[in-house]
Amino acid sequence: MSAILSIARLEMLIARRNMWVATSVLLMALFSVVLTLAGAGTGANLAASPLEVAVSSITTLSVYLVPLVGLLLSFDAVSGEIERGTLALSLSYPLSRGEILIGKFLAHFAVLAFAVAVGLGLTGVLAIWQNGGPAMSFAPLWRLFATSLALGSAFLGLGYLVSSLVRAPGVASGLAIVIWLVAVVLYDLGLLGALVADGGGTFTKEIFPWLLVANPADAFRLLNMPEAATAELASGLSAAGAVSGPAGQLASLLLWPLLAMLLAWAAFRKVEP
Amino acid sequence: MTALKLEHVVKRFGEFVSVQDVSLSIEPGERVALLGHNGAGKTTMMRMILGLTPLSSGRIEVLGSAPGSRQARRHTGFLPENVAFHGALTGREQLRHFARLKSVPARVADDLLERVGLGPAADRRIRTYSKGMRQRIGLAQALLGQPKLALLDEPTSGLDPVSRHDFYEIVHELSAAGTAVLLSSHALTELETSTDRIAILSRGRLVANDDLASLRRAAHLPIRVSVTTTDENVEEVAARLGGQRINGHSVELTCQPDEKVSLLGRITGLGEVIKDVDVIPASLEELYRYYSTSAGEKK
Ligand SMILES: Nc1ncnc2c1ncn2[C@@H]1O[C@H](COP(=O)(O)OP(=O)(O)O)[C@@H](O)[C@H]1O
Ligand SMILES: [Mg+2]
Repeated sequence: MSAILSIARLEMLIARRNMWVATSVLLMALFSVVLTLAGAGTGANLAASPLEVAVSSITTLSVYLVPLVGLLLSFDAVSGEIERGTLALSLSYPLSRGEILIGKFLAHFAVLAFAVAVGLGLTGVLAIWQNGGPAMSFAPLWRLFATSLALGSAFLGLGYLVSSLVRAPGVASGLAIVIWLVAVVLYDLGLLGALVADGGGTFTKEIFPWLLVANPADAFRLLNMPEAATAELASGLSAAGAVSGPAGQLASLLLWPLLAMLLAWAAFRKVEP
Repeated sequence: MTALKLEHVVKRFGEFVSVQDVSLSIEPGERVALLGHNGAGKTTMMRMILGLTPLSSGRIEVLGSAPGSRQARRHTGFLPENVAFHGALTGREQLRHFARLKSVPARVADDLLERVGLGPAADRRIRTYSKGMRQRIGLAQALLGQPKLALLDEPTSGLDPVSRHDFYEIVHELSAAGTAVLLSSHALTELETSTDRIAILSRGRLVANDDLASLRRAAHLPIRVSVTTTDENVEEVAARLGGQRINGHSVELTCQPDEKVSLLGRITGLGEVIKDVDVIPASLEELYRYYSTSAGEKK
């Protein structure tokens, strides 16, 4: 246990000094504030509360941003240490590879949580400032926070997996970008194409909803925008949301981090420094 | 308990045999120098001892446990070749982290930083350290928790002569406290007085494994004797002893180890004309060359 904490502490120091913390926080804060302020104007005309509008636009953005930050924090975790030559020494100490991985995860999770918290905190403050707080429900904000952390964790795990599978940080970063593109862009485009081709057949009704929720980014979107009238997959999304239900979406969002970390651990165990 | 035992250890990388049938053991408090050319297999051997890479065949026992087991790692100190650290950390942060991993108090880490002469730089980022300073942190971390086995891979590379001297003093203290030390090197001269045993690895084979005196005896390399005479007698002395005149006042001879005493007798027999005599045994370089090339011929 103390070994895990010591590694987490060290990684946090490194993340702070490498400006990863500053970069992540800046990204999240900037976009949250801009989207909240932009949403405030349109929110007045609709029935939805200003906070809901903000949450909805921040969700759309977080689907891209949170996985990206997760991968940025993690792609270097193993491959970078192999390249620097620090891994062999770490592995000569009496601690298991699982402990090393968990220690790194705790540190990167904390950085991610901090960045998301700052971004959403600013959103909450702005919403109160614009509308007067007491009457407002902050539940959507809390839900967005918790699900962002789950989404980010999944991509932290995927980042460690990539980092352990390829020894060169350059290749790992390239692969991380590919994973990001597939998960948040290409996957949805593919599904959309299949939907169009299928034209409302069995695929649309039976398979598509499950394929959609199997992607953590989409599960995240469904959970935070249940009535998503504005999403790209407009036709399919609400139907899909109904089939899998919040339980299925939540399960997907919670199982992905576990699965990704398990795969990362299995890959890391095979690494020869 | 034997600190380290290797039995018929083999390591292959595909067709290539990096370590070939090496058997070696080290007792507590023993200092063994592992010598070998670049690519001889020294680093590979250490990596197998640490459990960082599996053996192709053979057996290794570290302090009675399997290599890489938690038990073995707890009592092993390791200084890797070209040791590296994360540049964003300070020396103190890095060393205290390692201390926590070995369940050693932070105070011990601070003391060790002083011991290896890094006290004043301890709170600077490692990025700003010279190679020698990084090497010292590497050494300090290998000493944490008084290991029972220390594996030091080319520990003196990057160190200046004074630091090398300090380094061997630390190694001496370690072994005096019962630590078995295996250190690899190809800087030979400094090892003569600072190790108990020398193991020579040549193309993956262990071609010698004994103390220096025994290696000298077995190699039968000629001993050089340098005789200083008065200037006017140098020609005569060279002729009578059958040696080579080097300059205006000295003559050099070579002899086999078992002829040494009688030769010295003949020299002193010349009386007044002899000013001084130096006996120079085969150097470690010569020995090393002898063992590594004769092994090559046998193969
Ligand atoms: N991972 C590896 N894959 C293939 N060959 C290797 C690997 N590691 C070491 N070798 C080879 O094994 C030999 C011994 O290397 P090494 O143990 O590093 O030598 P030394 O430390 O004595 O200089 C070298 O020829 C090297 O190329
Ligand atoms: Mg080497």
